[in-house]
This record gives sequence, C-alpha cells and structure tokens, in this order.
Amino acid sequence: MCLSIPARIVKIDGTTADVSVGGALFKAGLQLLDDVKEGDYVLLHAGFAIQKVSEKDAQETLDILNELCNDSGRA
Amino acid sequence: MNKVITLNHGSGGRQSHDLIGGLFAGRFGMDKPLTDSAVLPGEGYILAFTTDSYVVEPLFFPGGNIGKLAVCGTVNDLAVSGAVPLYISAAFIMEEGFGFQELELIVDTMADEAKRAGVRIVTGDTKVVGRGKCDRLFITTSGTGSLKSSFAHLSSAVRVRSGDDVIVSGPLGNHAIAVLGARNNLGFSSPVESDCACLNHMIKDVLDSGADVHFMRDLTRGGLASVLHELWVMTGYCMVIQEKSVPVDEPVRGLCEVLGFDPLYLANEGKIVLIADENDSPKIIDILQSHLSGKNASVIGKITGKKTGGIIIETSGGGRRMLDLPSGIQLPRIC
Amino acid sequence: MRFIEEYRNGDLIGRLAETIRKTAAGNYDFMEVCGGHTAAIRRFGLTSILPPGINLISGPGCPVCVTSIDFIDRLVAYSRLHDTVIATFGDLLRVPGSQSSLESERSAGADIRIVFSGFEALRMAESEPLKTVIFPGIGFETTAPGTAVVIKQAAAMRLKNFLVLSAHKVMPPAMEVVAGDGANIDGFICPGHVASVTGSDPYRFLPEKYKIGCVVSGFEPLDLLQSVLMLVNQKNCRKPLVEIQYSRAVTPEGNTKAQRLLCEVFESCNATWRGFGTIPGSGLKIRDLFASFDAEAVIPLDLKSPAENISCICGEILRGIKKPCDCMLFRNACTPDNPVGACMVSSEGSCNTFFRFS
Repeated sequence: MCLSIPARIVKIDGTTADVSVGGALFKAGLQLLDDVKEGDYVLLHAGFAIQKVSEKDAQETLDILNELCNDSGRA
Repeated sequence: MNKVITLNHGSGGRQSHDLIGGLFAGRFGMDKPLTDSAVLPGEGYILAFTTDSYVVEPLFFPGGNIGKLAVCGTVNDLAVSGAVPLYISAAFIMEEGFGFQELELIVDTMADEAKRAGVRIVTGDTKVVGRGKCDRLFITTSGTGSLKSSFAHLSSAVRVRSGDDVIVSGPLGNHAIAVLGARNNLGFSSPVESDCACLNHMIKDVLDSGADVHFMRDLTRGGLASVLHELWVMTGYCMVIQEKSVPVDEPVRGLCEVLGFDPLYLANEGKIVLIADENDSPKIIDILQSHLSGKNASVIGKITGKKTGGIIIETSGGGRRMLDLPSGIQLPRIC
Repeated sequence: MRFIEEYRNGDLIGRLAETIRKTAAGNYDFMEVCGGHTAAIRRFGLTSILPPGINLISGPGCPVCVTSIDFIDRLVAYSRLHDTVIATFGDLLRVPGSQSSLESERSAGADIRIVFSGFEALRMAESEPLKTVIFPGIGFETTAPGTAVVIKQAAAMRLKNFLVLSAHKVMPPAMEVVAGDGANIDGFICPGHVASVTGSDPYRFLPEKYKIGCVVSGFEPLDLLQSVLMLVNQKNCRKPLVEIQYSRAVTPEGNTKAQRLLCEVFESCNATWRGFGTIPGSGLKIRDLFASFDAEAVIPLDLKSPAENISCICGEILRGIKKPCDCMLFRNACTPDNPVGACMVSSEGSCNTFFRFS
C-alpha cells in the first residue's frame, strides 16, 4: 500500500509546504513532522509529508549496493 | 442493476472498444478493422472520411482549448491515414448562458488552426440546449481528404512485419496532465502544456520522403498502450518496447509517480506512432525532429514475431512485464 | 528525480540479480504485504530477473482489496442520502460491495468526488455547509495519521458537516495470522512506507515468536532486490531478524510525532478483512472524543451483514496457501470486470494479475 514519493520542499508557508517532484508542484501538510526546511526531501503521501528522507542513508545504501555487486556472490 | 453508460465507456480502454465494436460497428455494418478514418474507394479516387466529438472539461487548458482539439483531432485522423486533409465540418451544441466572448475565442482558435493546417471549414451546424443540458459546449467535427492508393495500407496495418521499428513522435501524456491540472481538483500545479497540434505537414514530409511506413495512428485517449494493443489484435504481431526509450517529460513523470499513473496510458493530442521498416527509421526520425511537434521523436521498440507473447515492456535492468489494455479511466490512487 | 532514479540503475539491477543467483541455494518463499510492493514487482518485471527458485507471494497488503464488503455497502448507502458528498481516494471507486459500487452510484447520480488528500474533503465541507461531506478513511498506518490531522482540524474549525468513515487498519495482526497459519513463509518483505511511520520495531515479533525473518524494503527495483538478497542470507544462515533495507526513510522507532497524532484520534478495534474475516486489534476506530466526526456514530445504519461468497478462497490465496487457478470462481463468476473477492478487486491483486497476464 502507500504510494509515496520523495519530494523536495520548495517553499514553506506555516504548516503547508510546496513540494516538487520533477518540476510538478504539490501541496503537503507538515503537521506530521518537526524541523523541516526548504531543500529537504520528504516522503509525500496523500497530501502529507510523512517522513524525512535521509541523504546520508540514501548514499550509504547506494554504496552498499555497489559493493555487493562488485563482491561476486558474497553478501 | 440495469446496464448504463459509465465514464469508463469514454476512456478509450477496454469498455470503449467493446461498446464501439459490439454495438455501433456491428449494427451499422461497418467494415473491420475500425480505423481513424474510413478509407472509401470510389471511381478513380479514394476518399478518407472521419468524425469526432469533443467534450473536454475544462474548455480552456494550458496549450489550447476545445476548438483547437476539434480541428487538430480531425486533421490528424485524416493525416495518419495517409490522406491530405481538405474539408472540415463543425457542429456546435451550446448550453444556454454560455459566454459569447469565450465562444469567439474558441471559434478564432479553430479558424487559426484550420489556416495553419491548410484545411477549410466549409459547413456546420449550431444548436442551443437549455441550462444544464450539456456541459457548456460540445463540438463535433467531421473531415474529408484525398488519399493516394500508395498510402491506403497505412490504417489497416497489412504491411506490418517482424523486424519493423516502433516510433513515437515525442513525449507522452502532456495533454492528459495539462487538462488534469486545469481541473485543479487534485492539488497540483505543473508547467505542462497540452501537445495539441495539427500534424499533417509533418506526416506529409515523412510520407513524401519515400520512407517505408507500414502503419500510423495518432495517440489520443487510452494513450500509446491502447494503440499498441489494437495493433496486436489487428495483426497478431507481438512487440517489445524499451521503456527507457519512451520519451516522457520530467514533470509528467513526476506526476505519474505521485498519482500512480502510467504514462503509456495517458491521452495525447499531438503525437503519432509509426511502424516502419527499420532501415528507414533514421530518416524518419530526422524528418520528425525537424518539426516542432516531432522534437523528441524516438524509436522505442520492435515488432517481433507472431507467437512471442503479446506486448512486452522491457524495463531498465532487463526486467520484463506485459502490457494490457487499460480498463476504464486511470484513477489517482494512494496505494 | 532524486532518490528515485538512482535506485533504477539498469546496470546495478543486472549485477544485483546475478549476486542473488549466486547466493540462493534451493527454493525460497517470500511474502510481501504491501500493494505498493506488488505493483513495483510487476512494474519493473522483477520476477523475470530473479532466479526461478525465488517465489514472491502477494499477501494481504492492499488496503483496497481487504476493505470489507460492509464498508462499501455503508458508503453506497450514505451516497444515496440527500445532500451528501462522498469525497474519496480514487482507489475505492470500483471496489464492489454486495450490490453496487461507488462508481455505479456515481453513474446513477450520486455526488461522489475523487480527492488526493483529506484536506480537499475538509475544504469541500467548509465551502458547502449545506452538504454533508463523508471521507472514507482507508489505508494503513501510512495514511491514518493524515486522517487524524484532518479530523483535528475539523474539530478546530467546529465543522458540523464533515464525517470520516474509518476503515483504517494496522499490519502486524494480519501478518501474525499469516505467520501462525502454517503457510511455509521463509521471510517477509515488510512495507517500507508503513514502517516510515511505525518504525521497524512492531515487526520484531515475527523472528522472535515465529522464527520468520523480515526486511523492511523500499519500492524501487534495487530496494526490492537488495531486500530479497538480505532475506536469502537470513534463511541461508538460519538467522531470522528484522532488518531495515529502506534506511533512508525507516528507523526502528519511526515517526513518533505521527504515531502520537494517530493515537490521539484513533484507538484499536477489531476489523473485518475481506477474505480473512475479523482480525482482533487490526483496525482503527475514531475515539469518543471525536465522535461528532465519526460517520458510524453520527449516521448509524442498520445494514444486513453481507455474506462473502462461500466459494471464494481469497483468504487462502492471501495467506499463500492456494493459487488463483485453485479457485472455482476464477475466470467464471470472478473476473476483473466483475470481481467477487479481494484478490480480483484491485489491479494488483493476485487473481487480477494472473487473469490479465497468464
């Protein structure tokens, strides 16, 4: 369930943000999160930002994936 | 429950096909396969003849209005059959209370488009119905054009064969997204404009070059998926489409991800698909790309054999899935 | 698009599939319990790149599919009331009840509108005070906190014409039914977006009590393939655990603010899952404090409990015990255009997918 897409916060206006996915702009309620700022990436689901996306962890995942694929067979 | 017409019957998907094929075509004794224009041979001439109704909501949207759709749609239906579009009729059903200023804007747009396409609007009709009896304005256009016998095969796909390339003339889904955005009830805004345009000059250049085109169709409601499915049913030929090669503008892609849409099923109003001999693809792409409407034309796949499994989409990484005919309108989803 | 396209890298996908091929030894049955995962697996053609010994089973993870017939019947009944608007997510429109669906009611003249967010339903109620706007609350823990926010906002605005009919559900009790049921599941692919709210901790009972490992997965092809590899390794090492693959959005404790808001407005209740029957503690009911926004409390209906078709074996299919072709209704009485059970209702349901692509 739960179609949810990483979206970039473009502008914050009180408890609502304009978020962008590939240049398409959506409104997202920020009531479920604290400490978000413009430029952050959040998961957009049914008009709400439900969680922040961690750039650090995102990169770590990609690094692990690259390692896994170079390390033939062992994981 | 008594059977009723639903919005799905107008979506270009399976229910539309069943209604048209099962009721109208059957009772009217229409020749199969059903094509964008009827190809009607006479004494020393072949006539192409088509008709379409336009019921878009809202009437005005980024990139056009209902009038532009009404002219371009009919011109394109003639052009993809290989015909030179000549004459158009335009019938208007107007709701009592509809604004004169808006009507003038729409009519002016139609006149401009017709001039650009080199066609003449030569006859028509107007009716007014009481308030609430129609959605402000409905337009029906019919069109006729002359067809050379050397192009008569383009609608029926009889020359399609294994090894042919599948080509689209540009990015998919812009019209559907522009109209959805203009309705303004799903809380998004985007820079996407409708791709609505007359394509007859572009198509003529392709055909006049001598390129070996085996089939052409314009992509309207139901999108590319609908046309590929029809082609498969008409010819029995299967195909493989490389998803990475299918052009889709980034905001359209983003919207599809968020709303759960598949761009292959979205409506277009200024795009065609061509099936052509693979040796002529480079020439065809060059000609398409030399026109504004064909800017991102691409080869997206190949016709394979007759028993190779339907329409297969090859995703990045080599995964494969099958494409099926959409059922009804795509609905935005949350899961 | 960032955080999406990097995880669709074709070259990495191919190499990861090869790594799985080299690591897997024998057969593995992994169940995913998320319609989003089912959709992603099909969309990216992942079954065609995984080695044949790896079997991905689609469990009870689509809130649309498992929405009870009774819930649809209630919405249909509400839609027939005067001056009533049903403002619903698009997912629900075609789900059949015992006699009708919201789509059929709309064709017959009911005021049924599609929304992308509960806020839109709230705005309708505010701008049309003479209408009663009913918002069906479907979805799991990903969606319920948003509904909680909307209900609180309705309370702050003192709206008298906004109601929610809750069918919100929570995942772990349904997974416990599957885990305890005797189906041979070697591991669960856990729902990444649900877990972005709940955290991964609620899934600890699976390895601890049932010795079934689980990996909380993202939704891109590299996420799902990596999760499969992690589960293969867990089984190979006989070490069932809860692991997080989707670390860029999921932590063990999750989004505690969203959880608090959810608990403020909702409380646990028993819920009926189409094809499964009643699962204790698997539903979310609006608390008494917000009863004036609870459609069930404000407009009680006396509806006969509809019986599910006794030949429908969706429950067993959703548990991974049977397959679509084992069902006598499949392709006869039950088709995508006329679905009987949960698995045919949604385009991602097992029977629907099997019908269209086999």
